Amino acid sequence: MRRAIVASPAAWLVWGAVTIFFVGLAGVIGSVVVNSFGLRWFDSWLPEAWTTQWYGQAWDEFDLLPVLTVTILVCLLVAGISVLVGVPAAYVLARRSFPGGRLLYLLFLLPILMPPITYGIPLATVLYKYGLAGHLSGVVLANLVPSIPFVILTMTPFIEQIDPTVERAARMCGARTRHVFGRILAPLLIPGILASTILVVVRTVGMFELTFLTAGPDSQTLVVALFYSMSAAGIRAQQSVDAMAVIYCVMMLVLLVLALRFVNPTQLVARVKEDPE
Amino acid sequence: MTRFDRLRLDGVTRRFGGADALTGLSMEIRRGEFIALLGPSGCGKSTALNCLAGLLPLTEGSIWRDDTRLDTLPPERRGFGMVFQNYALFPHMSVQKNVSFGLQMQGVARAEARRRTAEAIRLVHLEEHATKLPGQLSGGQQQRVAIARAVVIEPSLVLMDEPLSNLDAKLRLEMRTEIRRLHQTLGLTTVYVTHDQEEALSLADRLVVLRDGRVQQIGTPEQVHTRPANRHVADFMGYRNLLAGHADGARLTLDPSGVRVTGTPVEPVPDGTPAVAAIRPEDISLDGDLEAVVEVVEYQGREFTVEARTPGGLVLHLRTGQRLTPGDQIKAGFPPDRLLIFPSAPADPA
Amino acid sequence: MSTATVAVRHRLAERGIDRQLLLLVPATVFVVALFIYPFAYGIAVSLQPAEGGMLAAYRSFFTDAYQRDTIMTTLVIALPAALLNVLASVPIAYRMRGRFRGKRVLTTALVVPITLGTVLTAEGLLNFLGPAGWFNRFLTTTGLADAPVRLTNNYWGVFFSLVITGFPFAFLLVLSYLSGIDPSLERAAATLGAGWRQRFLRITLPLLAPGLATTFCLTFVLAFSVFPSAILVGDPSGSTRVISIAAYEAAYVRYDYAGGAAAAIIMGVVELLVISIVLGLRGLLYTGSTAGGKG
Repeated sequence: MRRAIVASPAAWLVWGAVTIFFVGLAGVIGSVVVNSFGLRWFDSWLPEAWTTQWYGQAWDEFDLLPVLTVTILVCLLVAGISVLVGVPAAYVLARRSFPGGRLLYLLFLLPILMPPITYGIPLATVLYKYGLAGHLSGVVLANLVPSIPFVILTMTPFIEQIDPTVERAARMCGARTRHVFGRILAPLLIPGILASTILVVVRTVGMFELTFLTAGPDSQTLVVALFYSMSAAGIRAQQSVDAMAVIYCVMMLVLLVLALRFVNPTQLVARVKEDPE
Repeated sequence: MTRFDRLRLDGVTRRFGGADALTGLSMEIRRGEFIALLGPSGCGKSTALNCLAGLLPLTEGSIWRDDTRLDTLPPERRGFGMVFQNYALFPHMSVQKNVSFGLQMQGVARAEARRRTAEAIRLVHLEEHATKLPGQLSGGQQQRVAIARAVVIEPSLVLMDEPLSNLDAKLRLEMRTEIRRLHQTLGLTTVYVTHDQEEALSLADRLVVLRDGRVQQIGTPEQVHTRPANRHVADFMGYRNLLAGHADGARLTLDPSGVRVTGTPVEPVPDGTPAVAAIRPEDISLDGDLEAVVEVVEYQGREFTVEARTPGGLVLHLRTGQRLTPGDQIKAGFPPDRLLIFPSAPADPA
Repeated sequence: MSTATVAVRHRLAERGIDRQLLLLVPATVFVVALFIYPFAYGIAVSLQPAEGGMLAAYRSFFTDAYQRDTIMTTLVIALPAALLNVLASVPIAYRMRGRFRGKRVLTTALVVPITLGTVLTAEGLLNFLGPAGWFNRFLTTTGLADAPVRLTNNYWGVFFSLVITGFPFAFLLVLSYLSGIDPSLERAAATLGAGWRQRFLRITLPLLAPGLATTFCLTFVLAFSVFPSAILVGDPSGSTRVISIAAYEAAYVRYDYAGGAAAAIIMGVVELLVISIVLGLRGLLYTGSTAGGKG
């Protein structure tokens, strides 16, 4: 197998395409990072001098402390609520068949399949109507729309892999429903709950559209603040925008490393089981 | 503990959608009995067990423990123990915790629970594995944990759902003895589901043979073995030769060969009506007068399983200690007391 | 507990209805209140414009070329990007479906751009592909181009941003579909004398095709909803004025809620149309188990 990779021209083509993709990716991230540390960078491969001043500047100019606080708060609230609401629903959907079950499953699938902008605009309108948008509560509510279904989807395989006869065995040992949930299911589901919590956090930090449509000035998350600073280009130094981008980047990568402790990369995009072989 | 004298099932019926999985199961279980529910897969035996356990609601009928109606109670309040086919151990709890779980659910005092747990673990010979997780045990050990977990709560009835079907042949024999020993020493009442007729015959005091959700026969192992109630039970109990023909008193003319045999009618068969003659391979003798040619020989340890064909096209299965080779001529004989005659257009309840 | 209520409970339980279903209530309430209701509200708003009849908002969307053309603009960006992402994924995933050293590192690296999202990618692209960026510097220094090539603030900027976030997504999906196909099927085909080309075309591809259709749909949804990168690295008033920009502008710049809702709904309809065409075609394919027999 390895020898075949070296030999065939098709393999060269494939690895070439992958290499080009990664070089591009490295260039995209690298130029942001380099720029954020560059003092002056005009017509050269690298900046003439290096500095960390842009980070301090970005921190003050963009009020990053409150922005970060909001981001973390939103993430924790969204992850907490969607796990509390999503896990029981996932349990019923995974375990039981009942009239309308498939319809309900489709209902939970829709918010993931629709682009956030399509439902985000009407949703924001409704939230503004009830005075919820423009604050933290609106941002949290809007982000719950894709997050609850996401928790349901990621939890389903975790629940399916718990043998239902284990629950029956507990009942035969005399366990009431609350004991079955508290003593048997909860401990067995902890890995799944951790995984879906961290995935929801990752998605919420990165969720631009819904937060953008519902956030007020005091309830922007980092990615929305980044967008505003970019689209208002020219007012601030490009480097301090890049410094902010790097801060966002680092936050994401930390979360990603954390997430990958619980799930494999494929699970970040879809719930297709990878071959365990 | 809710000891009982009699457990009565009265017309227990369970339908899934429109299909009947179990129809009108009525029987009485006495304290201390070992009952085996026997039948091919899909016959309703597991449905019956789950109905008894309370894991499946009944569609019709009722279950009574002496004078208490049981079928309206949820499984956790019936006080039965259950051993599952795939063990269903709690994967996150040690052997000890698995076994003591039921005692905790009953609110047994801690010291008492500890003593009984240790006792149950000792009973299934797992003392040195008490702190291990189920994943670290072999299949046989896991099965022992499952049994200990079921009996530690001193259940009035133990339900076992094909508990040995995931074990290899040698272990299966060992565990079979073990289960019978526990049943006797602890004075349990046991309902045991299996599709293995040999297992059922060796373990049970009484067998309940099921087919298509209906009871075919209830009786002692000997009754079911030597006098199956109908051709389906005979088929399931190892009467591998089922020869179609027409009845004529205690004699039968076989189709299409015209050979006439003499047997024992299990129920009256009117002359001239279609009938089936059933005989086990080991009951066919080699000193009869029906000529046949050996076609296939399988070595089975002490014996050979032989498939032979008569000139009239009749295929016979027999067992013999004699070394035969394909092409050999034999003369098969049917001892009349071992050849059972059943009506073939069945008056059986199916 | 009377016998009658028991009987009713049993009958309901047999159809799968009991108290456990109450666990579904909170999630259902959230989705209905925050997804279905706003959607219905959006439809209602779009049918009640400030002036004109019921369908005035839709009529004005379709009669105004500046609005109407956003559908085409979006499709012209999203369809090729989604198609490229899926098609490029197939040979690469096919080659990498086995186990090899560094597979986990590679897949992890691919998750990075998905995680970073479009806003950061846009910022990076502006730097990297910009007139003074590393890419153009490379082209001019090596003499591949005389003057910097313009790759940002136009169609290509948006297209690249969709490839950078969309390709890894499509790749990981295709890879997981491919690893779900029992390798012994190809081995069986090989013992029957099929060469690698026949094995791929006659065995693997037909089994993979439904997965590809699903992947295309999901990738297309991502590409179709392109919004931040169309503004940041694109030309938001010209060649990359996508439909989400039209919807956003109507609702938040002109405060024409009916128009905004109408544009959002048109966007959803167009997207569902494309998806249902693809899924309809998928329905013609074999979509069963991809395992070989047992298990």
